[in-house]
Amino acid sequence: MGRRGWLVGLLAFALAMAACAEEEDAGRSADDPIRIAMVGPSASNDLAFTQSMVDSLDRLGEDYNIEVDVTDGTFVIEDAAVAIRGYAEDGFDIVLAHGSQFGGSLSEIAPDFPDTVFAWGTSRDTFGLTNVYSYSVQSDEGGFINGTIAAHMTESGTIGVVGPIEVGDIKLYIDGFVAGVKSVDPSITVNVNYIDSFSDVALAAEAAQAHVEAGADVMTGVSQMVVGATGVAREHGVLWFGSQTDQVPLGEEIVVASQIYRWDFQLSQIVEDLLNDEVSGRVITADFSNGGLTMAYNPGLPLADDVQAAADAVEAGLKDGSLSTGVE
Amino acid sequence: MSDFLTVSVLLATLASGIRLATPFLLAALGETIGQRSGVLNLGVEGVMLLGAYGAYYATLRTDSILFGILVSLIVGGVMGIVYGVVTLALKAEQGISGIGIFIFGLGLSDLLFQKQVGTPTPIDGLGDVAVPLLGDLPWVGEVIFHQNVLVYVAFLLVPVLWFVINRTPFGLNVRAVGETPEAADSLGVSVDRTRYITIFVGNAMAGLAGGALALELGIFQQNLTNGHGFIAIALVYFGAWRPSGVMAGAMVFGLVSATVLQWKTLGIVVGTTASIVGMFPAVLTILVLVLVSRRTGQPSALTRPFERGH
Repeated sequence: MGRRGWLVGLLAFALAMAACAEEEDAGRSADDPIRIAMVGPSASNDLAFTQSMVDSLDRLGEDYNIEVDVTDGTFVIEDAAVAIRGYAEDGFDIVLAHGSQFGGSLSEIAPDFPDTVFAWGTSRDTFGLTNVYSYSVQSDEGGFINGTIAAHMTESGTIGVVGPIEVGDIKLYIDGFVAGVKSVDPSITVNVNYIDSFSDVALAAEAAQAHVEAGADVMTGVSQMVVGATGVAREHGVLWFGSQTDQVPLGEEIVVASQIYRWDFQLSQIVEDLLNDEVSGRVITADFSNGGLTMAYNPGLPLADDVQAAADAVEAGLKDGSLSTGVE
Repeated sequence: MSDFLTVSVLLATLASGIRLATPFLLAALGETIGQRSGVLNLGVEGVMLLGAYGAYYATLRTDSILFGILVSLIVGGVMGIVYGVVTLALKAEQGISGIGIFIFGLGLSDLLFQKQVGTPTPIDGLGDVAVPLLGDLPWVGEVIFHQNVLVYVAFLLVPVLWFVINRTPFGLNVRAVGETPEAADSLGVSVDRTRYITIFVGNAMAGLAGGALALELGIFQQNLTNGHGFIAIALVYFGAWRPSGVMAGAMVFGLVSATVLQWKTLGIVVGTTASIVGMFPAVLTILVLVLVSRRTGQPSALTRPFERGH
């Protein structure tokens, strides 16, 4: 190739690059999938917090053309921060920092990527940034329903709760559960044990064992460490109530009901904002009235008619606003 | 507090402490024999995770707990061979190599779990076995001598390990290569062979410790051991490299953890107080380590690679 050939080739390359740049400037075409990245603290299949978001993204995919990438198991916040920034640099449209512990990192990263939409939770703080959404749940509502059922099913009059750390949606759920039990029978004893760990399965098992020895015949718990507690529940035939995802796989013979987090309620609003060019940054809270929270009952352990009726009445009351859990 | 100070609750706390102490004890005893020969293994946590997954997966697939236990031992032993080659044959720095083993175990156990199992699936774990005669004792028998078989194995290994270290020719070799490997070598003791054996045994016990945890809980989950391996290493220092001291440390840690759990369950401590009390086991470990560090007893050649002529 002579000098003229090189020049022509160089010119063609420059024109092609310019065309590409113009296409990028024009933004994502309607046919392009929305690229969503998620960073979660535990395993994608933890039957708890992280899985609830993975399941929600699957449901979101039924209604929208999305492409999802997940980084799970980021127990270490610094690792999560690297992943969040990496996804933003890679041009993902929406980056989900799924954990209240990621807020500090997100507040530093989000201003560097004004064209990327970030969402995190559970939280009610957007840091005053227009590209940050926060999502939360009124988990006390499902806790109240579970507590109502639990109060009807306990025979010993003692119920045990295995909690991780007394924060956010977990504290809301447990407070709601206790309120639900007390709304049926204030004389029932509810022993609450926060083990100060989201992941210590052995400690969760021993906490459950302590509840059993204290007379509990019904238990509940939250977070990925509950797999230890459900093992003890199975061994002793203690009934179990779940939250975040349907926990029937942890014991078909003991899991009565679970509150389900449907994060797709919040995600769909964020996606709509993105598609309509109306990204503004706001707090979106899920509850039973807007469909962001639902109940799942174990068909293998059907409730007595009067108990199911009581649970349905509570759910209906929460939906129409005639009933409040009383949890602040 | 009066709710706590009843015979039934105190015995339940003791039983809980024993269960909590067992994985620590198994792993720490294995690490003790390794350190007595001069080899530090910071990868105990990773080996425990692989042992836990191996035991869980083998039991899930075959419904044989015995096979699960065997697999945990084999997995630990294989990791011991790997660690031995890295630190003895390739002369890699022990601390860094151990951290590498930990990260490898953490990642591989999670990867295998995700690919082979996916959602946490319960298995029938280790059932309790009553010790003949002792199991019939009033109160104590029901609580203490009705434990799973690996609890008994762990506590029986304490005198066995003491005997091996202090009363056998092999134990003499172990102590010699851990204190003055040059002198041991000059007397015809193979330093590398002795260390290979202790690393193999120590890692097999770490694998068994992980297996004990998974089979007691009847489940596996990402990062199941949650720092047990690192606490086990601390317990070796806590126990001043003596099996009985290590057992005492494991029991103190287990009992304090069990007591805190009981206090929380009974509502004796709540809210912020409960969180502060929840730190007791870790704080106690640090305090004892600070005190123990002033004592002698650490093998002189610990972490020091041996090379003839150097």
